[in-house]
Amino acid sequence: MEFLKDPVAFIAGLLQNLSAALNLPPAVESILGTVIAVVVVASFGLVLVIPMIWVERKVAARFQDRLGPNRAGPYGLLQTFADMIKLITKENITPDGADKVPYNIAPVLSVVSVVMIWAVIPFSAIWIGSDLNVGVLYIAAVGSFGILSVLMAGWSSNNKYALLGAFRAVAQLVSYEVPLFMALLVPILLAGTMSVNGIVEAQSYGWFILAAPVPALIFFISSVAEIGRTPFDLLEAESEIVAGFHTEYTGMKFGMFFAGEFLHAFTISVLTAILFFGGWRGPGIEFSPLVGFFWLMAKGSAFYFLVMWIRTTLPRIRIDHMLAFNWKVLTPLSLVILMLTAVLDKVFAGDPLRVPVLLAANVVSLFVTLWLATSVSKRQQKDLQTFPTRPVAVPPASEAETSA
Amino acid sequence: MTPLQVIFLITAAVTLVAALAVVTRQNLVHAALFLVLSLFGVAVFFVLLEAEFLAVVQVIVYIGAIAILMIFAVMLTRKVASDDTVAANRNAGWAGLIAAGLFFILVIMLSAWSGFYTQAAELSRPGVDTADLGQAMLVELGEHLVSPQAYVIPFEVASVLLLAALIGSLVIAWPRIKKEA
Amino acid sequence: MIPLSWYLIFAAALFCIGLYGVLARKNAIAILMGVELMLNAVNINLVAFWRYLAPQRIDGQVFAIMVFAVAAAEVAVGLALVISVYRRRHTVAADEIDMMKW
Repeated sequence: MEFLKDPVAFIAGLLQNLSAALNLPPAVESILGTVIAVVVVASFGLVLVIPMIWVERKVAARFQDRLGPNRAGPYGLLQTFADMIKLITKENITPDGADKVPYNIAPVLSVVSVVMIWAVIPFSAIWIGSDLNVGVLYIAAVGSFGILSVLMAGWSSNNKYALLGAFRAVAQLVSYEVPLFMALLVPILLAGTMSVNGIVEAQSYGWFILAAPVPALIFFISSVAEIGRTPFDLLEAESEIVAGFHTEYTGMKFGMFFAGEFLHAFTISVLTAILFFGGWRGPGIEFSPLVGFFWLMAKGSAFYFLVMWIRTTLPRIRIDHMLAFNWKVLTPLSLVILMLTAVLDKVFAGDPLRVPVLLAANVVSLFVTLWLATSVSKRQQKDLQTFPTRPVAVPPASEAETSA
Repeated sequence: MTPLQVIFLITAAVTLVAALAVVTRQNLVHAALFLVLSLFGVAVFFVLLEAEFLAVVQVIVYIGAIAILMIFAVMLTRKVASDDTVAANRNAGWAGLIAAGLFFILVIMLSAWSGFYTQAAELSRPGVDTADLGQAMLVELGEHLVSPQAYVIPFEVASVLLLAALIGSLVIAWPRIKKEA
Repeated sequence: MIPLSWYLIFAAALFCIGLYGVLARKNAIAILMGVELMLNAVNINLVAFWRYLAPQRIDGQVFAIMVFAVAAAEVAVGLALVISVYRRRHTVAADEIDMMKW
């Protein structure tokens, strides 16, 4: 029971008893505790990938009206293990003329950049890897390491298509960072702090989704573009550019890109839950931190389901449409909503009208954007060159009579 | 040797070796990747100096934008056959002498200054306890950037500068519209 | 405890390495990389002086933020210029770009 009340404190107590019994100096004990905590937080995400891949394949299959893997183990639960064993036992081919060091570091950097985000995610009110004062900014900074890994992978493969894929990937990733950062600023504004745990605790009076639905939407869309998922997966779609920047990667190196991408998808679902939907908040969190952990995972899984839903239903967007959507719709909208939120938050500070006014401002700006976008596209369609009607081939009337 | 000193020495060694690699490597993409490493080392120094906001901004701005821009520029402007030309121009010897000489002059002149050996005092703000100090300093930084009594004018000028750089670099790098022959 | 001298010596070394890069490299982009190293050394200096000599005011960090903005602007324009020159002269070696329009 005491273990359930606070598992981490229980284990810390065990560690202290152990070090007292072994007469370890306090420096070694604290380092040991830190190392164990780091290993737990870092492997949490990686171990989570294994059931997540199974869930992804099953859900995608059900959306496509089929069963999904159901041979390897009951309900196909061991399918991921089979895939991992296959990937590990594959031959690690390094292409001739490839730059060895960036080629080998790129998949590692890709996974590292995602696992580093888990250091600032609050699993509960008292469970957080490192409560940085600039936590949200740290998340944004670590995302840029992933971009670097894409460039390194594409360039070091000594493959024209990989390089082209890497260029397009980096163009997309860097472009979608702009509305992502501006949408990230809105919860910071509403909470008054950049610390991730501070943002969750500031949602005690109401989730930020009520005061800022449009930034949540922009954050979600930009994050889906950042992780390279459909509908933004032009970077690695097989029919488009072989496999994009990871064409030349085989075996476990590809496995690391693969696992990193899945973990990134789950990470942004958890981040959406934290920033806009209250994170670990929910009924019953006073009993044990485990309840908060459960709420966070439930909300994160709900958003991960949304990501999978979008992936299996929407078609791919072309790269120029993708970039046009970003620069012409998302960036101005995020700028406007940031300014509106900042002004209205200050004007109505402390007023109970604050949340409804912000909600109204969000809805109005969303409608204005949609109206502008549709009217522009209608005007563009009218401007399209109209062709003269072409003559249609009609069989002569006499042939029809003779054949009948 | 306190742990912080060990961390300082290791980071300084890595950053300086990476910086040397930046200025000597022939393969420019390698040089750009070593630049990323040295920029990350500088971010670690900002953390050691208890300016975490600057460390994170360093990673976002330098590594996430400037270094990627440089790698792009290197990849777009390389001639495949010329990677075997010498990286240094004919002034390399004099440049090395000037750089080394400047370093020694700087160190000698600085060591004659009385404040050269100051140790770090504890960070503190009146009325704020140490647990909230980081947050209080962050709020203070933000207020200084937008307060009329502080640095709002340089802040606005910097934004105008960035806007000018944005428009200017677009105009300069825009591909020329080919006139019909 | 780390005395101020360590930071100043490190920043001076980084600055001089950047200076060597600016003076001794042929490729224009490599020269820009040297300039970046110099700007980073200056930033370390600023923040070290803030931390050791005036930690009670936050103005040192504001100065460092201005340096970030200026460095970003300068790199953007510099690389745009390099790419534009490459398009016309098909070279980025700084000593081959020595003739104005003829």
